[in-house]
Amino acid sequence: MLASLIGFLGDFDRAEEAAQEAFAIAAERWPRDGVPDSPGAWLQTTARNRAIDRIRRERTLDAKTRQLEVPEHVEEDVDESTFPDERLELIFTCCHPALALDGQVALTLRTLGGLTTEEIARAFLVPEATMAQRLVRAKQKIRAAGIPFRVPADHLLPDRLAAVLAVVYLVFNEGYAGRGELAAEAIRLGQALETLMPDEPEVHGLVALMLLVDARREARLRDGDLVLLPDQDRELWDDAQLGRGRAALERAFALQGRGPYVVQAAIAALHAGEPIDWPQIAALYGELHRLTRSPVVELNRAVAVAEVEGPLAGLEIVDSLDLDGYHYLHAARAELLSRLNRVAEARAAYARALELVHADHERRFLERKLAAL
Amino acid sequence: MKYALLIYSNDTGWDSLSEDEQSAIYGEYAAISGSAGIIGGQELAGSETATTVRVQDGKTLTTDGPFAETKESLGGFFLFEADDLDAALELAARIPAARRGGAIEVRPVVEH
Repeated sequence: MLASLIGFLGDFDRAEEAAQEAFAIAAERWPRDGVPDSPGAWLQTTARNRAIDRIRRERTLDAKTRQLEVPEHVEEDVDESTFPDERLELIFTCCHPALALDGQVALTLRTLGGLTTEEIARAFLVPEATMAQRLVRAKQKIRAAGIPFRVPADHLLPDRLAAVLAVVYLVFNEGYAGRGELAAEAIRLGQALETLMPDEPEVHGLVALMLLVDARREARLRDGDLVLLPDQDRELWDDAQLGRGRAALERAFALQGRGPYVVQAAIAALHAGEPIDWPQIAALYGELHRLTRSPVVELNRAVAVAEVEGPLAGLEIVDSLDLDGYHYLHAARAELLSRLNRVAEARAAYARALELVHADHERRFLERKLAAL
Repeated sequence: MKYALLIYSNDTGWDSLSEDEQSAIYGEYAAISGSAGIIGGQELAGSETATTVRVQDGKTLTTDGPFAETKESLGGFFLFEADDLDAALELAARIPAARRGGAIEVRPVVEH
């Protein structure tokens, strides 16, 4: 509903205000007069008409209001199909690269996810005032800089879609790092994108990736402590969700998808296999590295290579990486060194990882590993 | 909407270009100048010719050089009438300075 209102009014704040008013009127009238035949359309119509009235009132007060033509009141007699689904336009506006990334994330969760400013602030561990400020800044820039409300032209679409998917995946990873409600929200956003852009393999790839990773959520922590994949209780995996993840991956493959999210989803699917096909995982990480040039991907490949060729081969890759500030590098190094019985070096590596780690459950995991050496 | 495309160029390497390469780049600027929607634009003389003026307590302070010393300097601008930011960003990406170590700052023009 909000997406359609923003499309109609060209203004995020007016749209939110109008939607709130419409809900308030519904709360008052529906119990008294009964629920209308098309509740969604009724709310749309009411919100639009309220917004138009408000713009007219402000016009009279202030001739300089920068609204365009004031639209006519919409007909009262409408059904749901009268209002176009403009969520796709909305997400491309919210994830426009001219907005700061934190603003993109906040705006997407606020307008598409329907989260309150307070909920978003809590999820990202920032004060509510800070989050409100982020939202205000992003909305002001959309208006002042003329960021369009539309799906980008074909030649811009690959880059812009990548920006949208990056925002969704960022939200998911925040959730995966401990705030589960964000992971669920990211999956919902991804699935909405699948409906809106069914021919884009990377969209299906991202949804597959999120579903496959999230399906193992319950097994990933035991009493608040981190459990690595080989030690996870497979009984705790959500098989239905793994199935949905694999189905999304199949959709991506059927569209000839071979982009970064599709490859990551393929890796996640193999991780959930029994037995785990490490040579294939190592090869896919190689493919992903060619696509992304990311040293973090190389680190993951090193772990897979260690499973295939032994810890020394993995360690050689790890030691070639320039990732000193990344605690996973030191944790992976420590693990490989301990498999090689190089205990003193392993200890030093765990100590370095502990200096860098933030999340409590990861810290406890590293401390247990260090103590067990 | 109207946008100012402020061209911050990085001239290192310019002198090592051949005459043909330089005139090809001038040709690109000329083509952009002639594009639909361009309503103005100028190339500025080098920042070594700039003078900065400030007034403090009623007194005019004049100093040599641009306001901020950076490797990139404001080398010119275009004024562009466009439907939205995307059109302005696309045009900005076509400006040679953007790929030659410089940057284009795209700013909406305030219309009173």
